[in-house]
Order: sequence, then structure tokens, then C-alpha cells
Amino acid sequence: MLTDVIEFRIDRRSGVSTYVQIIQQVKQAMRLGLLNPGDRLPSAREVVEATAINPNTVLKAYRELERDGLAQGRRGLGTFVTKSLSSEATTGDDAPLRQELSGWMDRAQQSGLVVEDVDALYVAVRDEHYPAEERS
Amino acid sequence: MNSLTATAVGKRYRARWAVRDCGFAIPEGKVVALVGPNGAGKSTLLRMAAGLSRPTTGELKVFGTPVQGRIHPDVAFLAQERPLYHDLTVRELVRLCAAMNDRWSTERVREVLGLQAGVDHNAKVGSLSGGGRTQVAIALALGRLPRLLLLDEPLADLDPLARDETLRIIMTEVADRGTTVVMSSHLLSDLHEVCDHILLIDEGRVQVDGDIQEVLARHRILVGPAAGESTVEGTLISATRTERQSTLLLREAEPAPRGWASTEPDLESLVMGYLRASRERRNSAQHK
Repeated sequence: MLTDVIEFRIDRRSGVSTYVQIIQQVKQAMRLGLLNPGDRLPSAREVVEATAINPNTVLKAYRELERDGLAQGRRGLGTFVTKSLSSEATTGDDAPLRQELSGWMDRAQQSGLVVEDVDALYVAVRDEHYPAEERS
Repeated sequence: MNSLTATAVGKRYRARWAVRDCGFAIPEGKVVALVGPNGAGKSTLLRMAAGLSRPTTGELKVFGTPVQGRIHPDVAFLAQERPLYHDLTVRELVRLCAAMNDRWSTERVREVLGLQAGVDHNAKVGSLSGGGRTQVAIALALGRLPRLLLLDEPLADLDPLARDETLRIIMTEVADRGTTVVMSSHLLSDLHEVCDHILLIDEGRVQVDGDIQEVLARHRILVGPAAGESTVEGTLISATRTERQSTLLLREAEPAPRGWASTEPDLESLVMGYLRASRERRNSAQHK
């Protein structure tokens, strides 16, 4: 018996379409190492029972993950993760980059920055290094 | 294969056309939002698709077979007035429907009723609330094991919990059996999570027909200075204006000129834009 590793949270007020939310959540879980090659994604029916969204939307999101080469549908069995997006840099609490960022957050907090300041700084620096037009 | 097609369908009541020159094709497995203002022709269209009313012109087909004055065996229809026998208990009604329908699953009806927390099987149908009757009517519709499910305002009289239960039941039906669903509603917020296809009708005519994501991607909302409206290119659907600012809904818009913000509309603003436009057309026609 295969058990599910993740469950989707659909934010109805976010303005982001449901199928994009599903894709983002799968990729996020893959980056964090919560989903690894061989893991089965929840079936459309399981997602529908949990969230009351349209099963066609779930299947559409999975088809897009398949097109990106991240997952593969196997007839009668479900959709399985085929690739790993996690790396030493993103997985685990002791990853060096994560620790550095955590240290930076500590200092931000100590100098009295509120969460909006932190977000604004993070986004500004991120966009300097990863210009919007170069991102896919 | 298309589950439901309409070719030049019209319906006239005395001098008034309730539906006029309607043409569309709904692919199998879609969950369709049938939207439009009161009196747009939504119920008339659903009743004709269910075979309860004959079109004055044109033809409707269900899975390729013309609809001819009786309900197609693959169709189940939830009518807006939820016609049920009020003197029977829920249990007796289920037994009666089993006797009246050739293809029928009492097991499926029991299963659906079991998922609806609020429905007492021994209660007389007439003693149920409006929402309770709707839930029973939906269970009976699913008992026909339909391939096409036509629902007229299925959520209108349900409380939030029953609405969630009902959507879950209908979506599970789609996941398990690939059923095509056409549901009318005024409440766009209920529809946008569950529907993947939109059929917007007003004044009896089809205004928008297509996959929701594709339809939204073809439209833009542009906000910018009122004075610069002539620089915007695309098909203008509707506009709201203040002295300084214009908000425009456009189809097939060219990239926005400088000073204009461009976003993809959500379903609600798209539908509102089309409805506002058709009301303006109607008003200006009356003033001529």
C-alpha cells in the first residue's frame, strides 16, 4: 500500500490559479526533499476529497509536471516523481546556505526589522541577482 | 466526443425570444459554468437539453443523439424548482425512483445521501428545508449514473457546509466516472474552483464559450490615464471611467502602452465586464 507524502493547500483568495498552486507546491516539496523520485503524487480523487476542487485541474497540473520532465504518469497506478530538485544547498536544517540565511535573519531581527522590511530587502536583493526577465 | 452540442437553438415564448441562435459544443468530461444574469436563458437552455422543452428553432444533441422531447438515458437533470413528491419519505422516494428508472443504482443514492450529513431518511420530503430537498434531488440525479449532469442553480439554497459537501460529491463523481457537468449559478465564487469551462449567455445568446484558463489568458484589464485611452489597442469589451482614470477590459490586447498597468482578469471581473457591456447595449437600444 502506497501512502501519500504531501497534501495540497488551495488558497482560494490568492489570485493564483489552482493548477499553478498545485505545480508550485509539488516543486516546493521536491526542492525541500519532501518529494523524491519514486514518490507517488496524490491521485485526483484524493485531492478532490480533501479540497473539493475540479479533478481535471489536478490532472492538468500533473500533465504540466510531466512535460517539464519532473513526473511520469503510469496507467492505473498514478503519477510518480521522476526527478530530484533537492540539493545539499536546500535540504535539511543544517545546509550551509540555510544556516547563513538564518544568521542574517537573526541580525535583522536584532536590529529591529519587521517582517515587511525583511521581505522588501530580500525581494530587492533577489531581483538584483536574478533579474525578472531571466527567470523562467 | 462532445457531450452536448447546440446548433442555432432558439426558444420563443409568445413574442419574446428566451434563447436565440445559440451555438456551442461541450467536450466530454468538462465541468461547465453556465453563467448569465436573471432571465438570460440559462434555465430555458438546460430544460431544452434535458428534453423537457422543445426548441423553436435549431437542435440540441447529447452524445451525438438529437434531444427529442424526452430525457436522454445518459442525462440527469436537477431542475430549479426541485420537483419531488412531498408526501413521501426520503426512503420511499428512493424506492419509487428505482422503479421509474431503467438504469439506476440505489447503492449510489445511499452512498451520496450518506455523505450529506443533514438529511434524515425517514423524514417526509415536504418537511425538509429547501437545502435538504436540493441534496436529496442531487442524490437521485446521481442514481441515474449519468454521463451528463445538468444542474440548475445546485448551490443556491445550500448553507456553506452543505455547499462544500455537494461540490465534493459532484467533483468526486467527475474524478471517478468522467461525468460531464453543466451547472448554472449566480455565485461566481462558487464556480471558479470547480469549473474548467465557461458558457456565458445573455439575452439568449452565447457571449463567451471556452476553457476558462484560455479565455482568461485572451483578456487583459488595463488601468491608466483617461486621456490616453486612444493609445490602447485591442477589442474593448467594457470600461469604467473616472475623470482621470480608465479601467478597460480588452480581448486580444496588444502590449500595454507606457503608463498603463496590465493584468489578466480573474473569472469574476471577466464575467462582470461582459455583463456590464451587454446591459449598456440594452439600455442604449431602449433609448433610441
